[in-house]
Amino acid sequence: MGEALPLENIDARIDAARQRDVARALRAFLPERCVLWREEETRPFECDGLTAYRRVPMVVALPETEEQVQRILKTCHAMEVPVVPRGAGTGLSGGALPPGDGVLLAMAKFMRVVRVDPLARVAVVQPGVRNAAISDVVAPFGLYYAPDPSSQIACSIGGNVAENSGGVHCLKYGLTVHNVLRVRGYTMAGEPVDFGAEALDAPGYDLLALMIGSEGLLAVATEITVKLLPKAQVARVVMASFDDVEKAGDAAAAIIAAGIIPAGLEMMDGAATHAVEQFVHAGYDLEAAAILLCESDGTAEEVEEEIARMERVLERAGATRMSVSRNEAERLKYWSGRKAAFPAVGRISPDYYCMDGTIPKKRLGEMLNFIASLEKKYGLRCPNVFHAGDGNLHPLILFDANDADQLHRTEEFAAEVLEKCIEVGGTITGEHGVGVEKINQMCTQFRPDELATFRAVKRVFDAKGLLNPGKAVPTLHRCAEYGRMHVRRSSPDRSALPHPELPRF
Amino acid sequence: MDAAARDFAERVRDAAGRKHALRLRGGGTKDFYGGPLAGEALDVRVCAGIVDYEPTELVITARCGTPLAELEAALAQHQQMLAFEPPHFGAGATLGGCIAAGLSGPRRASAGAVRDFVLGVRILDGRGRDLAFGGQVMKNVAGYDLSRLIAGSLGTLGLILEASLKVLPRPAAELTLKLEMPEERAIETLNRWAGQPLPISASAWHDGDLAVRLSGAASAVHAAAENLDGERVDEAQAARFWSALREQTDSFFDGDAPLWRLSVRSHAPRIELPGAQLIEWGGALRWLRTRADAATVRAAASRAGGHATLFRGGDRSAGVFAPLPPESARLHRELKAAFDPAGILNPARLYPDF
Repeated sequence: MGEALPLENIDARIDAARQRDVARALRAFLPERCVLWREEETRPFECDGLTAYRRVPMVVALPETEEQVQRILKTCHAMEVPVVPRGAGTGLSGGALPPGDGVLLAMAKFMRVVRVDPLARVAVVQPGVRNAAISDVVAPFGLYYAPDPSSQIACSIGGNVAENSGGVHCLKYGLTVHNVLRVRGYTMAGEPVDFGAEALDAPGYDLLALMIGSEGLLAVATEITVKLLPKAQVARVVMASFDDVEKAGDAAAAIIAAGIIPAGLEMMDGAATHAVEQFVHAGYDLEAAAILLCESDGTAEEVEEEIARMERVLERAGATRMSVSRNEAERLKYWSGRKAAFPAVGRISPDYYCMDGTIPKKRLGEMLNFIASLEKKYGLRCPNVFHAGDGNLHPLILFDANDADQLHRTEEFAAEVLEKCIEVGGTITGEHGVGVEKINQMCTQFRPDELATFRAVKRVFDAKGLLNPGKAVPTLHRCAEYGRMHVRRSSPDRSALPHPELPRF
Repeated sequence: MDAAARDFAERVRDAAGRKHALRLRGGGTKDFYGGPLAGEALDVRVCAGIVDYEPTELVITARCGTPLAELEAALAQHQQMLAFEPPHFGAGATLGGCIAAGLSGPRRASAGAVRDFVLGVRILDGRGRDLAFGGQVMKNVAGYDLSRLIAGSLGTLGLILEASLKVLPRPAAELTLKLEMPEERAIETLNRWAGQPLPISASAWHDGDLAVRLSGAASAVHAAAENLDGERVDEAQAARFWSALREQTDSFFDGDAPLWRLSVRSHAPRIELPGAQLIEWGGALRWLRTRADAATVRAAASRAGGHATLFRGGDRSAGVFAPLPPESARLHRELKAAFDPAGILNPARLYPDF
């Protein structure tokens, strides 16, 4: 299946002489434990959460100080060696796919919470700190860090900054870009940069917003200041069943129209509900064509008032069954299936392919009907989980990678879905990033002048194009060559994700 | 729209060819803000109107010349709002100017700034190329986030043709409290309150008086009001108060003493400079009426973890925004050159050298 790979030279042999030169240059100032180049040591870094793409890095550098990061970058810049930054390696678009001719800059040793200021509600952390660890550390002050991508127990804040990660609560509390105040780091040339401030704004262009979500192409973050929020006193969730997916979509719209911004608003279709119920036994309604989870948080009075309003709206929208969590254990049980949707689906199918488009919510019915028609056309099943509040869809195409024809049909299916997302006014990626995975679709979503502007911005930060090359923004040449999207699954003896135990969205 | 866009593009291309500066202008309500005005005015108001507004999507898309008042009235019809409460500074304020200026009002500390609500823009760059970044959906990570970069860039990177903004429902209930409190205690109290789950949506301290606005579900607002124990302000009076603050029509802003805007760490101690002070955003924004020289004001802002802008009046010859460190200055100059190689769009409006 080598020809199905969209990346050139993915299995290219490592140039041993170059490898020796680069490793030696890094060893001049890094201790032995910080430079890996033997294949048995570098192999574990061959992929991130998107295991379909693998490449053994030429050299792995594991710096321990900011000064080392700067020297690695300066050295690589001088030697014209590509550098790929990597956080926890949980990304789903291949953004940390290693360079076969360069250095994988693993930030795993940057694990320190530098400072917590409970009065100002900020925490200064190193990029390798896990998302969930921030909330754990600040919990004694009644505070937390709001963005909660479902891989939050494993993913690092540095990766969150690179991808502008969201989570189920981002409709109300925002994405990474809304919750990070400052990022310090270095450009590819090793120049120190400082974006944002501990104040609410900084002078000049909003380079902080530009840095967040730039998929590690503009600079390497070494210190991140996040905003902390006071923890809500109470959270409760309404679980509502619908006999029709479109009705469920309309119900989500009706919640918003009623002036409610739920803390979470999620939907699963019947196929997804069936898959997860076998896995988590949350007591989901198996008769329902779709289930909506609608959460309220705040003070006890506020939540009571809001839950009552939500129930009225959902009932009017045609909910066939409703239940409200009575305590925290029940709330978590209701969420357990939604949070485990990916691993659950992984158990009912040898392979699955997860998409990540966003569409205007009003086009949901049309989109779901379109997907249903593709299921028939390609003879493949496709359960859907959906961030109903913000229009972010995760259709999961089920297939068996051992069957070449199924693989081919999956590719065609996925390409049609992504192109439909663009057609209805949406985007090819809501939260997983472009990485290497969706780089061809960038040629469809953006026009040549827009892509040229992205490339011009990249050159401002990285004139030699050495930092995370080949990701996020396609070259003109690549767009010219692009015919169809190719998707390759991991081999059947591997699970679909390297961290199958993690809940995923 | 497309006729207007084509006409604008032609003017931009022509100006670029002749290297003649263009001054992008909507209602001109923010002409006072930023560096000196230079170049031939290009009035964008012919390009106006709401393109798309679907209340259940929480997104509005409108053209640059759309009056901000018209936009806010359309949202109010559906009990929605621009949550960053942009100041108009005059009847003619437009959407394009609002985004280009990047200024946010009293709700900023709790709801976010202009850039937090920008979902997408369509711009003409300095070559007259019609470019769209971002989109009309809330979650979108395809490509660099250039639409947020445009917010606050004062028209130096492109002419905003159209923008999509996230909107929010108006709070079900709102109530303002007044408390008497010395400055240091007010700063500490506001920070402490912000760390508790209280529905505070705005705050202002001046001359020993602290005003706090609560917004949200009626039950939450009333429970918080009981807790905070201030004097309740009459609804109409409260609305006038917050509007006067947002629009700077309050008497604090009268007179001709230079007005400095200090964006600082929220719990930074009192800024020790001569002149009157007004505090917003839970302590993170300090307005100063001072004749102290720029270097002194900027040093004080730096010590408070932030930066100072000469907002109105004063000696503007040395630039009004805080100088940038060398690498950041390089990034700014080169980004400007990437978007506008001929340097014709609002030159020197942000920094004197570009």
